[in-house]
Amino acid sequence: MKMTPEDIAQYKGVFVFAQQVDNKISGIAFELLGKAKELAAPLSAQVTAVLIGSDVKGLADELASYGADRVIVVDDPELKEYRTEPYAHALSSVINEFKPEIVLVGATAIGRDLGPTVSARVQTGLTADCTVLEIGDFPLVPVPGKENEQLHNQLLMTRPAFGGNTIATIACPYNRPQMATVRPGVMQKIDPIAGAKAEVVDYNPGFTPNNKYVTIKEVVKAVSDIKDIMDAKILVSGGRGVGSPENFKILEDLAAVLGGQVSCSRAVVDSGWKPKELQVGQTGKTVRPNVYFAIGISGAIQHVAGMEESDIIVAINKDEDAPIFDVADYGVVGDLNKIVPALTAAIKEALANK
Amino acid sequence: MKIVVCIKQVPDTKGGVKFNPDGTLDRAAMLAIMNPDDKAGLEAALKLKDADPENTEVTVLTMGLPKATDVLREAIAMGADKGILVTDRVLGGADTWATSTTIAGALRNIDYDLIITGRQAIDGDTAQVGPQIAEHLGLPVISYAQEIKVEGDKVVVKRQYDDRYHMLEVKTPCLITALSELGTPRYMTVGGIFDACKAEITTWGRADLKDVEDGNLGLNGSPTKIAKASDKVRKGAGEKVTPDTPDEAVAYIVGKLKEKHVI
Repeated sequence: MKMTPEDIAQYKGVFVFAQQVDNKISGIAFELLGKAKELAAPLSAQVTAVLIGSDVKGLADELASYGADRVIVVDDPELKEYRTEPYAHALSSVINEFKPEIVLVGATAIGRDLGPTVSARVQTGLTADCTVLEIGDFPLVPVPGKENEQLHNQLLMTRPAFGGNTIATIACPYNRPQMATVRPGVMQKIDPIAGAKAEVVDYNPGFTPNNKYVTIKEVVKAVSDIKDIMDAKILVSGGRGVGSPENFKILEDLAAVLGGQVSCSRAVVDSGWKPKELQVGQTGKTVRPNVYFAIGISGAIQHVAGMEESDIIVAINKDEDAPIFDVADYGVVGDLNKIVPALTAAIKEALANK
Repeated sequence: MKIVVCIKQVPDTKGGVKFNPDGTLDRAAMLAIMNPDDKAGLEAALKLKDADPENTEVTVLTMGLPKATDVLREAIAMGADKGILVTDRVLGGADTWATSTTIAGALRNIDYDLIITGRQAIDGDTAQVGPQIAEHLGLPVISYAQEIKVEGDKVVVKRQYDDRYHMLEVKTPCLITALSELGTPRYMTVGGIFDACKAEITTWGRADLKDVEDGNLGLNGSPTKIAKASDKVRKGAGEKVTPDTPDEAVAYIVGKLKEKHVI
């Protein structure tokens, strides 16, 4: 299914799927725009946000302030709530019409549904859950005797696999667009530029419901006042070793004196002790706080994948062989039930004496 | 109702991750298991069969090496009726595009009302193959299903998003990708194991794939190419101390937090 070099040459520009929910742009869209700007520089390309929804045109300026040069708006009543089909039709039609060389989609519950469908429809590759994106050569090193076959200005997409045990760098050299989903919390958004304006293009490919349209019978929003752990500067994270949901109180106390938040491992969510939105790791959230306390967390590779970018990792665990100590900057072997309350008291005192 | 569950044999990365002395992943030492999300999808299919055993048929299909028949037999021992193995040398090295093209080519030979796949496999974690199969077959897809109910020729699915869920209704035929929340997989039964040993596994190769071009299969037909793969270089371990008393532990941590200007 390779495209010809002539076809490939028609594809230009870096596009970002600007996810919105309830007409509020998701943070991942700004992160992707930040990355898109970096990628566009060596390509001398434009950054385009693709804004899909119902009555969303007013959000274009916000996308401009985070780096979009152009906003393509697909606005239709069919697009009010996210559904795979009308959204896939919208994004695929934009791709076929405007021919971008790169399309970035957030690896969110929406993006991980939309991305695969769209990539299959426009017949290109898709690399999932990328953590590093850069422009470079493919192959990385030219094959001796075939130097002229090395392709330049390719999107190199790096992602973890095998539950974070391995990393692979993937290219999509012979098809366009080059598509990636990107993990939230990994790319940096730019400081918003006040008053920035983007060129706004309206595009509607027409929406005629067919067999692929599903009916939404009910939308149930979780009412939650939990702050997003991805925004926390200090996380006090507990694992199965905490022992009981009640015992998380000692972690909450520690978090409170430090102005931080409590998060947890998958085991804790699976046991029903804490809600899924507090879960760190491969199937939870990727966090990079200034300080991450791993308390009673053994440190399964899937957990580590979600927190190893933290600036400082402090681990407390009674098992001296726990793998968490392999990534901790400061590891303490001991009983969390004794250490954590005493630590809270000591920090409180230290802060009071400041 | 005819249900096809697509399953994958994967190395068990959970708990039993083994490393070679040089720090690389020791794949040979890891068990090959049925991918957990696929197993949850199979459980959902078997529950539908429990509710209407006379009119429900569950077929499991896998693409892989010949040894992947192990997971087909395991599925039959749990209660599936039939197993199909898609295997051929030319299918090796497939990315998600080429894999979904292959499986779609196999599924075109079968009658189905409902196709269930796991959300994602624990080796690749892409969550792409299910939706891509649906796209190749022109089917509606609902991914991340937490609950599945059949109502006549419609399926009602609870679909989880970050801060909400949708109750979605879709007409069959359709494809659903399963979250592990769908249900704890049942154990194999003694009778099931007996059936599984006797069961004949249908094996299909390249020639059995319908409406599929060679250029879309295997390593060559994969639009994504691996530029570099390596076992992850982890940041080295820092300090580890084993204090004699909790106070000593606290003094150590507070000292480090002060040193780093956290407090």
